[in-house]
Amino acid sequence: MTVYILCFVLFLVGLYGVITRRNLIKIAISMSIMEFSIFLLLVLIGYIDNGLAPIVDPGTTGQVYVDPLPQAMVLTAIVIGLATTAMLMAIAIRLYRKYKTFDIREIKNLRG
Amino acid sequence: MDALIPLFVAIPLISAFLIMLLGKLVKGFHRYFAPLTLLALLVMAVYEFSGLGTSSIQYTMGGWAYEGGFPVGIFMVLDGFSALMLCIINLIGFIALFYSLSYIRKYTAEGNYYALFCLIIAGMNGVVLSGDLFNLFVFLEVSVISSYALVAFGVGKTELEASFKYQVLGGLASMLILLAIGLIYWKTKTLNIADVRNVLDSGYSKPFYIFIQVLLISGFGLKAAIIPFHAWLPDAHSSAPSPISAMLSGVLIKAVGIYVLIRLFFNMFVFSHEIAVVITVLGTVSMVIGALLALIQWDVKRLLAYSSISQIGLVVMAFGMGMILLAKGDNLPVASLAIAGGLYHLVNHAVFKGLLFLNAGALEHRLDTRDLKKMGGLAPVMPVTSSTSFMASMSISGIPPFNGFFSKLIIIIAAINGKFYLLATLAVVVSIVTLAYFLKFQRFAFFNKSPGKSLEKIKEVPFPMSFSMVFLAILCLALSLLAFPSINDAVLRPAINVLMQSDLYSTTILGL
Repeated sequence: MTVYILCFVLFLVGLYGVITRRNLIKIAISMSIMEFSIFLLLVLIGYIDNGLAPIVDPGTTGQVYVDPLPQAMVLTAIVIGLATTAMLMAIAIRLYRKYKTFDIREIKNLRG
Repeated sequence: MDALIPLFVAIPLISAFLIMLLGKLVKGFHRYFAPLTLLALLVMAVYEFSGLGTSSIQYTMGGWAYEGGFPVGIFMVLDGFSALMLCIINLIGFIALFYSLSYIRKYTAEGNYYALFCLIIAGMNGVVLSGDLFNLFVFLEVSVISSYALVAFGVGKTELEASFKYQVLGGLASMLILLAIGLIYWKTKTLNIADVRNVLDSGYSKPFYIFIQVLLISGFGLKAAIIPFHAWLPDAHSSAPSPISAMLSGVLIKAVGIYVLIRLFFNMFVFSHEIAVVITVLGTVSMVIGALLALIQWDVKRLLAYSSISQIGLVVMAFGMGMILLAKGDNLPVASLAIAGGLYHLVNHAVFKGLLFLNAGALEHRLDTRDLKKMGGLAPVMPVTSSTSFMASMSISGIPPFNGFFSKLIIIIAAINGKFYLLATLAVVVSIVTLAYFLKFQRFAFFNKSPGKSLEKIKEVPFPMSFSMVFLAILCLALSLLAFPSINDAVLRPAINVLMQSDLYSTTILGL
């Protein structure tokens, strides 16, 4: 149970960062922290105590394997997360070139 | 026919790749190839839709279907509802792309634009066809990541800021959706939508699933920009290039927001009365507040973006009323009528909101401003834009004989028959407010006195842009034919059946 709670705490750390930080790069980092807390939860979902890596050997019986599907999901989700982070960073750098700052208090053309 | 299903995803993906690859070598390659791709997809979508009827076809990726009675592969499912959505996506996609042929010339890196456009279409087609939760998430990310890039395509100050805001909120929504998918897998040990339904039918713990449902409502609510999750929409939709605004407002928020929400709540969960009430209240609130916020806007595209929030709220409210009636279990004809109204308005909104954003794009193309106060007297110099935008405005505010009138009428009749008198009154009031802000748009853009001499030299937009606008305007009139019961039955009935008989989806796929 403790690990799930720690996962949730990590999620909240990321959320806190997204809400309170004023630096574009720090917001992007907080987004990554949130993402990885969810990846961790997905891996934990597939984990079974004393389970082996899911490579089935036809000769042996009675082995316990961990669930491979969440692992495949996490791999895919990490790739997607890479794309989102790259996109976020690219936009942050372009914003820096336009505004000469990373501070979101200075970047407020849109309102209403 | 089932061999065509994966092509809806494969063709745009491959053409995005080819455009990037060959666009550098062959001059003007993307300008011919991208519209042809979209046209082929549109023809395929219409063909599938016309041949489908009330049946459903499924395609299993790589032939992995069932192992010991359980679905193990990735399923793609085409039924009435997804076929209808496919038609809308590819129709608006083709029109917006044809419009871009002359609109996008003022930007550099045209090739990237067409490649991203194909990716967004591939993602949305995938979302609509997918029968597997995680696969749905992957396609959703494909379409939204390319839409982040397209919103920032102008790389000006406002575009970048809007894109960053959109990405932070969109990323948050994606995480909530992924979390919900993980939790669903934890409890049911399956990701197939039909199989999840099957597992849930044999009993489940209610509090846990209410938590998942709330996660999904907030995740897809963020994608669909239902108030209180709407903060990114006015910025992103007003900053994007106009054909992209038409795509985002016209189809993206429907395909990745409303469609998935409706599909999961009708065909995967057994929804409870409380969740139905929550969805109806969210829809009503966003309908009313969106309309009131649109009234005070002076930026054309911002006005249209807030109007999107309001109209999407109306659609969600119609589906919510249907859900409440279905959860109660009585008055099924009225529930069917409410769902029919919601679907009809969904189709209509794609057409007229797409058209209105294309009109706003035409104004921006010629005037280089989006401020209504700097326009005026454009009706004589831009006759096509003026007349088509007049038709779209009348349509969205519900004036007969345009399509918006009939869909709103069906929703209001359903609300009265289902004894939701407050919702019916609010829908009428919002319709009047909608008329007010669209008359403001018409007056200040086209009929007021021109503020200066400079506007008299404005010319009408070039052929691809005017053709797209005229086509959609004709469609605005033609779709009002759906009000006739016989035509309505032929077009919307398959989709309504999928939602009304919510068990049918899982039983046909699992072959029970």
